[in-house]
Amino acid sequence: MPVLEVRPQSSLFWSYASPVLALLITVLIGVLLFVALGKDPVKGLQVFFWEPIRSPYAVGELLVKATPLLIIALGLAVCFRSNVWNIGAEGQFVMGAVAAGGIALLAEKTTGAWIVPAILLAGILGGMAWAGLTALLRDRFNANEILVSLMLVYVADMILSYLVFGPWKDPNGYNFPQTKTFEAVTQIPRLMQGSRVNIGIILALFGVVALWLFLFRTYAGFRHEVSGLAPAAARYAGFSSRIALWLALLTSGGAAGLAGALEVAGPIGQLTPYVPAGYGFAAIIVAFVGRLHPVGVVFSAILMSMFYIGGELAQSRMGLPKSITGVFQGLLLFSLLGCDTLIAYRLRLAKAITMPVATPPSSDVLKGAH
Amino acid sequence: MPNTTTVISQDFAGVPPRLQLFGITKTYPGVVANRDISLTVQPGEIHAVLGENGAGKSTLMKIIYGAVKADAGSLVMDGQRVAVRNPGEARALGISMVFQHFSLFDTLTVAENVWLGLSSKLSLAEVSQRILQTAEAYGLPIEPARPVHTLGVSERQRVEIVRALLTNPRLLILDEPTSVLTPQAVESFFVTLRKLASQGCSILYISHKLHEIRALCTACTVLRGGEVSGECDPRNESNASLSRLMIGAEPPALVHRLVNTGAVVLDVRQLDLQKEDQFGVDLLQVTLQVCAGEVVGVAGVSGNGQKELLYALSGEDTRAVADAIVVRGQPAGRMGPRRRRALGLHFVPEERLGRGAVPSLSLARNLMLTRREAIGQSGWLDRGKLQAQAARIIAGFGVKSGGPQAHAKSLSGGNLQKFIIGREIDAKPALLIVSQPTWGVDVGAAVQIRGELLRLRDAGCAVLVVSEELDELFEISDRLYVMANGRLSPSLPRAKATVELVGQWMSGLWMQDRHAEAQHASA
Repeated sequence: MPVLEVRPQSSLFWSYASPVLALLITVLIGVLLFVALGKDPVKGLQVFFWEPIRSPYAVGELLVKATPLLIIALGLAVCFRSNVWNIGAEGQFVMGAVAAGGIALLAEKTTGAWIVPAILLAGILGGMAWAGLTALLRDRFNANEILVSLMLVYVADMILSYLVFGPWKDPNGYNFPQTKTFEAVTQIPRLMQGSRVNIGIILALFGVVALWLFLFRTYAGFRHEVSGLAPAAARYAGFSSRIALWLALLTSGGAAGLAGALEVAGPIGQLTPYVPAGYGFAAIIVAFVGRLHPVGVVFSAILMSMFYIGGELAQSRMGLPKSITGVFQGLLLFSLLGCDTLIAYRLRLAKAITMPVATPPSSDVLKGAH
Repeated sequence: MPNTTTVISQDFAGVPPRLQLFGITKTYPGVVANRDISLTVQPGEIHAVLGENGAGKSTLMKIIYGAVKADAGSLVMDGQRVAVRNPGEARALGISMVFQHFSLFDTLTVAENVWLGLSSKLSLAEVSQRILQTAEAYGLPIEPARPVHTLGVSERQRVEIVRALLTNPRLLILDEPTSVLTPQAVESFFVTLRKLASQGCSILYISHKLHEIRALCTACTVLRGGEVSGECDPRNESNASLSRLMIGAEPPALVHRLVNTGAVVLDVRQLDLQKEDQFGVDLLQVTLQVCAGEVVGVAGVSGNGQKELLYALSGEDTRAVADAIVVRGQPAGRMGPRRRRALGLHFVPEERLGRGAVPSLSLARNLMLTRREAIGQSGWLDRGKLQAQAARIIAGFGVKSGGPQAHAKSLSGGNLQKFIIGREIDAKPALLIVSQPTWGVDVGAAVQIRGELLRLRDAGCAVLVVSEELDELFEISDRLYVMANGRLSPSLPRAKATVELVGQWMSGLWMQDRHAEAQHASA
């Protein structure tokens, strides 16, 4: 029987190979799932892995969905690397969207192009403020940031609902719970004709470079990382754990808020109760599958985006429920957590033990010794 | 099941040896921990296993106890070949082990802790009863109802030993058992062990303390580099001859120069500090001075406030009154580690991995915990400079490693300690505070580290060493303090320090000495 054996040193190879193996396992289980549902597995795989890259337009759509995932995951990488567990990026995304929407609603037909940076800034600040609440409670009262940030997601959803059902409801909207469509001037500039890809992708790639420089080329990034890797060493060195906490939560909150702003002022163009699309939660998986590394996160964001698009296509073309996206996301995360075992352990086929086994001495022998 | 009883050897009066090992070999990737080790333990024998850190003692004991599986070799108990696949089977065979690091739950009582390891058929009251019986039989006073966190270290060790004895062991393995005891407590501990042995229980006694082995053990197997380097009767050996077996050569003697002290660099005045956590120790009226050009030692059994004192001195704990800790004339009690470092205070903590160094980062990056030379003004790293700095320290202090990019956790304890001490010495400190400088370090590295500390002193640095190893403190200190129950004794010049006196002071007895002196003076 194979046994797990502790490696003397964690394996660098498997820390990169584990996500790939996890993806293969996910695909394999996916195939079994399609077969079990009586669907053609080849078609199923095609829908998930070929359709999203089949045409320039499809690739564009892929990037549209990958952008918010990437931006949020970059922030979360900063957060998780310092051992701060912000699970509420979804809430920060929503509050960023609300703040950005608030500014966008102020725009009129004559408003200048300055409104776009204002919207993005509002989004960042909205997300930061929401994550700042978590930081404050943790810093001041040592409240668990996992629980606080997660529960604030639902509060953020409520605030959004209140606004679109109440004060911000479009008076000409036939009583639908949504704001009026934002003015054209607020639209996030697109990169090219015929595709919905906008400057968000540029900002995201800028973020990749900035995070890489921060983590690997600055003293601040080093201090931040030490606080996560070895809190006692950070204390010994004199690096503040409070700074790391605030930096982690404000960065990830700001990133999620920016993603929210890009989303409402970009593809959506108004505030509706359907702004929360689960990007904040999916980005947690993106961050981990990408090994919390700025470059790794790019690949995993594209992969998760495929799952989103594949899920939608599977719904329309194969008659599968939309929750197939969540199933694939969950499968990937579980497989990854399983495969990560191989970083610290290795599988060994146990050899037959050559030592003959004797029975332990009988109990009267034991008594005889005393 | 066919019983493959092979009587290997029959010694005195036909009684087979309690334990025999034949050709035990265990290889870890890149290192042979045990190579072809054989040893024989007779019934009722106290058998020493002597060796440096890293000689393979712990691996061998874990193999006997079933916690590690050997690659080759066989184990014979009472003339029967046995395979010990896990500690449960070891206990069934009558093998018990007391580990160096205790495994007791602080929040439970003594009896509850013992109960956890026993069969669930017994009630708590029965367990308490048996603890009392065993404790009385072996002269190990224990109160079953006391919560473990209220116990001192030697009392905790008693709990561990009683727990081991309750399983009626026929072979008891003790791993460095005296590291937590005062010299006086060691004496009474030995009385217990001799009594146990006289009743037929064999004891495997792991240690690197030569005088203890010579005083206690009747047989000795010496390990070096994973192999048996000698067997002897330690009662007929000298420290020097045992040490030769252990390390292959006698360590070079350290050269002591005359002390030439300068200004007071560290002045701690009546430092009071409440413990940070429930199981810590309050510091009470701690007063100490360290001058430039001297090595000051702090002796004491660990857990008497050393940890708390070091936190307060290093700046990891900034709750002290500002004036209570004065570094080079500056009140530093409230300064963090970085500001104290700017004053010239550098610190080497006891825990190397996780505190003194980040395990998963390279040696070069680990420099930046305390060194800022390679950091540019705007916070950008100069990687070339960092690399060169790390390479210089690695070369200068003889650190065996894969170079500046090697992860801290890939180094052996001794080499990582050399790197960390090198990192701090290289900063040209005015005051270096070192906790347990040679804990878990092989003899060669230990000698080098002590030499570096003395060289630093001769260069005019003030050095404060906190250590559990009295031998080490006697070897390098110019003055000594003793810590007990959160208090610090008066300063003791090395010439006046004897093992007996320091041993008494380790139980806090200097207060009585002074009291008696005061009475004497008034009479």
